[in-house]
Amino acid sequence: MKLYELTIHELHEKLKNKEVSSVEATREVFSRIDAVEDKVRSFVTITRDEALKQAEDADKRIAAGDIRPLTGIPIAVKDIFCTKGIRTTCSSKILETFIPPYDSTVVAKLKEEGAVILGKTNMDEFAMGSSTETSFFGITRNPWDLARVPGGSSGGSASSVAASECIASIGTDTGGSIRQPASCCGIVGLKPTYGRVSRYGMIAFASSLDQGGPMTKDVMDASIMLQAIAGHDRMDSTSVGIAVPDYSKALSGNIKGLRIGLPKEYFIEGMDREVDESVRKAVKDMEKLGAEVVEITLPHTEYAVAVYYLVATAEASSNLARFDGAKYGYRAKNAKDLLDMYKRSRAEGFGSEVKRRIMLGTYALSSGYYDAYYLKAQKARTLIKKDFDDAFKKCDVIVTPTAPTPAFKIGEKTADPLQMYLSDIFTISVNLAGVPAISLPCGFTGSNLPIGLQIIGKGFDEETVLRAAHSYEQATEWHKKRANL
Amino acid sequence: MTLTIKEVEHVANLARLDLAEGEAERFKGQIDAILSYVEKLKQLNTDGVEPTSHAIPVNNVFREDNIMQPLGQERALANAPDKADGCFRVPKVVE
Repeated sequence: MKLYELTIHELHEKLKNKEVSSVEATREVFSRIDAVEDKVRSFVTITRDEALKQAEDADKRIAAGDIRPLTGIPIAVKDIFCTKGIRTTCSSKILETFIPPYDSTVVAKLKEEGAVILGKTNMDEFAMGSSTETSFFGITRNPWDLARVPGGSSGGSASSVAASECIASIGTDTGGSIRQPASCCGIVGLKPTYGRVSRYGMIAFASSLDQGGPMTKDVMDASIMLQAIAGHDRMDSTSVGIAVPDYSKALSGNIKGLRIGLPKEYFIEGMDREVDESVRKAVKDMEKLGAEVVEITLPHTEYAVAVYYLVATAEASSNLARFDGAKYGYRAKNAKDLLDMYKRSRAEGFGSEVKRRIMLGTYALSSGYYDAYYLKAQKARTLIKKDFDDAFKKCDVIVTPTAPTPAFKIGEKTADPLQMYLSDIFTISVNLAGVPAISLPCGFTGSNLPIGLQIIGKGFDEETVLRAAHSYEQATEWHKKRANL
Repeated sequence: MTLTIKEVEHVANLARLDLAEGEAERFKGQIDAILSYVEKLKQLNTDGVEPTSHAIPVNNVFREDNIMQPLGQERALANAPDKADGCFRVPKVVE
């Protein structure tokens, strides 16, 4: 097996036993990037020199006996996380030349662990999209079928893992942006509980929904990465002070007696047949491992997409007000006055999906419509959250498909924003409720496209989510399949 | 629920977005479609339901008023599209 194909825990063993150095592993990953990046286009920026320097530093640490689980491991980071001295674009023209003066907390934690940061991955502009097609820097392709999207918005993070252009990556998830691309690319993606991982330096889209998390080749890697990035941060007042447990202890392989809730609203008419069959088969497999299946209901599911596109756009319209061409980012030339500078800098700097969402959010918050749209959506959000509270009285985890279809074709949904929004129908409620959820591979279609299984847990109970996912994964072979490129 | 072109232009102005030729018309069609989809919320009875702004309770967080290392003028200005005399330079605001 090539070094770039390894998982975090496999490469860690080799680094620890001095079978390979981090510099060797990092060089091999870069040669893989050189070989396949033209086809896939996972990255906006590749930081080869900095990465090799970090790898040298990691090797010194390892030689001195100071090795942690991520020391010397080559990792790709979504281009939404600020990286000190390294351009951070959010895949937008408005931030094309922005060089942050500080590191996001997630990146700072990865660096403290001694991880090697390979570069910044492509995404939908400002994380607004489900296909990575709204990036200013061009599309990313799905390693399993280059005519298809990798999902989004963390499409470059997902494709870089699936194409073995990194050992693991970091993404963010506002309405499914870790889990849906993980599903489309046949990898593991974990959205932690809201507040579990600091959002400091993670460019905000919808502040009450955004959460960073791991995108990895297997569940153990997801637990290792979560361990490294979780925890309270004084720079993010919404990060939570609950102690971070030892996630490796959760991977017991034992799910005897675990109650799996199946929400009837998620197994609907018109769902892709192969997705439906694979997910039902996965549930059967978990039953064989000793889990009990309970039928549950999440009765307000049908309102989730509507609530999401009011709450998320309202928050986005406010968050993106900071991009005004004054202090950083793109500024339109020859503005005749300040207002003209604002309006043209934003008009020229933002892409059309971002503008559409800012417009929708501004409308939902505007005088005369606030109660009918924004406030109504916040009340409906309460009912959606209550659905989960009630369901978790009857079960320990909830199992659903991650997405209603496998990866769709490039260009298939770009003309119809609403159709694009509906591809997040199974992931959105989780963000509204703030609970953790993982997507992991549970099969392939007849045309060899990955299918994702979503396991949702109670707030701050990532341990049970990881335990259930790990047990299922270890009883199957799906996670061992790699895309042929 | 459908928007008039005038409303689209009003919202664009609130959002500080210049609209290109034909853009108001295009946004109107797309936003109309999304608004008619979210109309389904009207069917939902939310009488007596408290709104949720965050999934977890978020309270004011206080800390000691300690002096921290500031960014510094040079670094704060490093990304400025235009600067002069240690300040951000923008078009004239006051006549």
